[in-house]
Amino acid sequence: MKILVCISHVPDTTSKINFTDDDSKFDTNGVQFVINPNDEFGLTRAMWFKEKQAASVDVVSVGGAEVEPTLRKALAIGADAAIRVNTVATDGFTVAKQLAKVVEDGAYDLVIAGRESIDYNGGMVPGMIAALTNANFINNCISLEVDGSNVKAVREIDGGKETVNTAFPLVIGGQKGIVEESDLRIPNMRGIMMARKKPFTVVDPVDSNAETASISFEKPEAKGAVTLVSPDNLEELVNLLHNEAKVI
Amino acid sequence: MVLEIQNIKEIMSVLVYTESENQKFKKVALEAASYAKAVADQLGTTVTAITINANDTSELGNYGIDKVLQVSNSQLENFNANTYADIIKQAAEKENAKVVIVSSSINSKYLAPLLAVGLNAGYASNVVDAPTNTSPFTVKRTAFSNKAFEMCQINTDVKLIGVSKNSFGLVESNANASAEEFSPSIPVFGITVESVDTTTDKVTIADAEIVVSGGRGLKGPENWGMIEELAEVLGAATACSKPVSDLGWRPHSEHVGQTGKPVAANLYIAIGISGAIQHLAGINASKVKVVINTDPEAPFFKAADYGVVGDAFEVVPKFIEKLKEFKAQQ
Ligand SMILES: Cc1cc2nc3c(=O)[nH]c(=O)nc-3n(C[C@H](O)[C@H](O)[C@H](O)COP(=O)(O)OP(=O)(O)OC[C@H]3O[C@@H](n4cnc5c(N)ncnc54)[C@H](O)[C@@H]3O)c2cc1C
Ligand SMILES: Nc1ncnc2c1ncn2[C@@H]1O[C@H](COP(=O)(O)O)[C@@H](O)[C@H]1O
Repeated sequence: MKILVCISHVPDTTSKINFTDDDSKFDTNGVQFVINPNDEFGLTRAMWFKEKQAASVDVVSVGGAEVEPTLRKALAIGADAAIRVNTVATDGFTVAKQLAKVVEDGAYDLVIAGRESIDYNGGMVPGMIAALTNANFINNCISLEVDGSNVKAVREIDGGKETVNTAFPLVIGGQKGIVEESDLRIPNMRGIMMARKKPFTVVDPVDSNAETASISFEKPEAKGAVTLVSPDNLEELVNLLHNEAKVI
Repeated sequence: MVLEIQNIKEIMSVLVYTESENQKFKKVALEAASYAKAVADQLGTTVTAITINANDTSELGNYGIDKVLQVSNSQLENFNANTYADIIKQAAEKENAKVVIVSSSINSKYLAPLLAVGLNAGYASNVVDAPTNTSPFTVKRTAFSNKAFEMCQINTDVKLIGVSKNSFGLVESNANASAEEFSPSIPVFGITVESVDTTTDKVTIADAEIVVSGGRGLKGPENWGMIEELAEVLGAATACSKPVSDLGWRPHSEHVGQTGKPVAANLYIAIGISGAIQHLAGINASKVKVVINTDPEAPFFKAADYGVVGDAFEVVPKFIEKLKEFKAQQ
């Protein structure tokens, strides 16, 4: 089983979000970057397939040299090889086209991506890879099991879950549940040392024509102060929610 | 200019996929219809809706739908993202739709990227407002987990838009919604549903107008009785913070926040939740936020509209009592 895990290099979840260049660019100043949380869950599931079912696991990211430390971290966690597609990840469709090329060149059976990146929040790259490579696609995947050529997966739906059967080639949009929080791994010293010796390939992008473009960013308006209600006067809270906020 | 607009009118329309469940249109589908009507007005054209296994489509007229392509087929009983995307694509091609609108329901978000590739359409998800410009076509969407908005320009001939829940809202208007039977080809794809497991008696977080959420401040799963009672009084869905689901006090499906489910409710009530940035990122799209917490320094007070500094074990039962009195008077 050949697995490719798509890794989006994103600001740490605690980051303050600011913009520069006339609010047209994300300000990376002082921001820590991490593996997108949904991708980290997927990578951890891939490690399980590597250890239990002898899968090979490559990781890929579309981006400039700045994404390399994030890919190295994935190698330190246990991936076998890393690929970076050398282009600026400006638009989800473009990123998906780059990744589809990597998937086709590497003839991967299983592509694990995340349900959503926490920066762009497009929720589009995995589905687009699947459509571009004619693979099966399962989004919001919370469980994945492989038995020979049969795949059983569970996806989250509104108010519950759905169990489906499918086959390779397959792309999933993963999230928490595909592994538990407690299964996530922190790279150890040995992993970090080994990562330095693992194959790391930089490939050129394929042509694409920016289907969408980010023009500018803005931050939500600052919130007004909270209205405090005394714990002894909850009638007032009911009253405010009914008459002022009009939500009950 | 006038000529140009007339030309556009002749050649194109706006298509919206209006999702239904057990014969009823989802509220998010009606929001998507309202949005589609606004786009059509801007472009000077009409709106067509595509429905799958919805019998009565007259309601769509109240949200500005001129024409309904009605697909009825028992093979489509289970949702399949590829098949549904393909059907919507066929409808878009039939109608020569240049703008296609879907909602942000879990199933619409599943099929949208497949549809984008099928139509070779630039896709903007999580869109919160009507286009600020139609040439170049520019929409406002959320990014950075609700910490910012992005102005996104769609450059392709056909454009695909996913409308965020509870942002554009429902806008009533009067149109015909004249129904027309539509029989697309039904392609079969390599995913089969084995079983579906839903709790039908509970309001889901995705559909809920009100969400009542509990955090680690509630000390243990045995204390959730009052959370459930409060939710019941309000007709709300129950949710929880991440540690609560990690500890197994509540199911993962209730975990909300940046790495959990997004919440865009009218009212979000956080009880014993500190308001960590990752929690707030996922629930910030809610209109009104209430926090109940013993610690006045808890960060949630900076994000909330209304707050009670107090012990949840005293405040929540009293709040329930006052709400019951209020409901009785209604
Ligand atoms: C990568 C990453 C992703 C994350 N994603 C999410 C996410 O999606 N969702 C999420 O929720 N968290 C997420 N977190 C975790 C987040 O950082 C916080 O740890 C978490 O939200 C805290 O949960 P809590 O508020 O329930 O618990 P705590 O932080 O322990 O807060 C408990 C609160 O209860 C109050 N309290 C105590 N007793 C009472 C009482 N009797 N009555 C009333 N109040 C009381 C306390 O004052 C305190 O404010 C993420 C973290 C990371 C690193
Ligand atoms: N630049 C990128 N490089 C590699 N994978 C990516 C990139 N951007 C997005 N992805 C993958 O696609 C998923 C969804 O991203 P998005 O469509 O941006 O929400 C992420 O969780 C990643 O797995």
